[in-house]
Amino acid sequence: MISISITANRLSKDFNQCSVFKDISFSLSSPASLSITGKNGAGKSTLSKIIAGLLSSTSGSITYSVNEKQIGIEEFKHHIGFVSPYLNLYDEFTALENLQYLSRIRAGAQQNHKRIKEMLTQIGLWDRRHDIVDTFSSGMKQRLKYAFALLHNPAILILDEPTSNLDAEGIEVIKQIILGQKTTNILIIATNDNEEANLCAQQIQLGKI
Amino acid sequence: MSFISSTLAVVSKDVRSELRTRYAMNALLMFVVTSVATILFALREDEVSTEVLSGMFWVVIFFTAMSGLSRIFVSEEERGTTMTLKLVASPSVVYFGKLIFNCGLTLTLSSAVTILYLVVFPTFIIKSMVVFASTVFLGSLGFAATATIIAAIIAKANTKGTLYPVLSFPILIPLLITVMKSTTRALDGEIFNEALGEFQMLTSYLMIIIVGSYLLFDYIWKE
Repeated sequence: MISISITANRLSKDFNQCSVFKDISFSLSSPASLSITGKNGAGKSTLSKIIAGLLSSTSGSITYSVNEKQIGIEEFKHHIGFVSPYLNLYDEFTALENLQYLSRIRAGAQQNHKRIKEMLTQIGLWDRRHDIVDTFSSGMKQRLKYAFALLHNPAILILDEPTSNLDAEGIEVIKQIILGQKTTNILIIATNDNEEANLCAQQIQLGKI
Repeated sequence: MSFISSTLAVVSKDVRSELRTRYAMNALLMFVVTSVATILFALREDEVSTEVLSGMFWVVIFFTAMSGLSRIFVSEEERGTTMTLKLVASPSVVYFGKLIFNCGLTLTLSSAVTILYLVVFPTFIIKSMVVFASTVFLGSLGFAATATIIAAIIAKANTKGTLYPVLSFPILIPLLITVMKSTTRALDGEIFNEALGEFQMLTSYLMIIIVGSYLLFDYIWKE
């Protein structure tokens, strides 16, 4: 098992000269869990994207280490699983094709069919694997995002509004995933839900003066 | 090895996506047919010089390319899949994957325009096939390379439709002048060595655009 650590140093983000958040610092070493809370517009999703390397901060820095060796974000992305309302899968492909193509792009020629089957079964979409994603409900799309995020056994899982659009059964599946993740790896949850936030050991509240 | 496999996986995904959605192909083909038909009606049975014919040949390719090649990045942005791609692929994998796809699309487009021209314009006779094929090949790759990087730049803009040709045209001027000159040589039946200067220019242009785009793409893709 690999050891992962993330250190954020005085992160700030501005959009059109309007400050979203300022001087956010934290340090996480696996196993660890962190919740990011705050009002709408406080910058929860923005901070999640910055941690995942999908957006750059206006100032400050993040360092990523694997087995105590510092690496760049492009290499580190192989260890990240990310679920967000802003992240979409390909509507014109089936659930199975989405996972096959994305795992081929991520890992080159290697493609783990067994793992794809395992993930689709876990999230309850194996029977619908040949259906076009465009025909899925929002809850099913959210489940598929989890299959995509967990496909490569990520050492860090970042969840932005983890249970949005999910039914009671789906929420239960996701809770099991969250509990499994936080005991061995790094879990980061951006949420407004206190129950979800309380699943994490550390908390950052944005927009608090 | 992993880089090549990942790049080919991006190409394969885009080809499958294009075959399912017909995002770019339908627009391109419709544009080719309508613009060639318009030229045909305008010229009727007039005898036109090889310069005019080769000029119109590339004008059709230019405007058709401008109407469809930006889709490669714009469709990812519109569907909200850009972030997904950013998570699974490095910027260079995405760039070369999209470039290869656009090269294939432009070569298909150029072939379709050539066939249409041969069918509808009796005066469009290719006397030097080697010069013509080399010009179309290098010209199409140049178009695709320029269109790919400009598409990446404009994908996030609100006025994509107008911004795309406006940004592309100044960069494409040296390419357009060269391919028109070289196509005229092919229609006039000149030998390969006489068009060597144009081919050297086209190859240099292609290399400069690809190297420049590769260096620039990291910054465009991340922001």
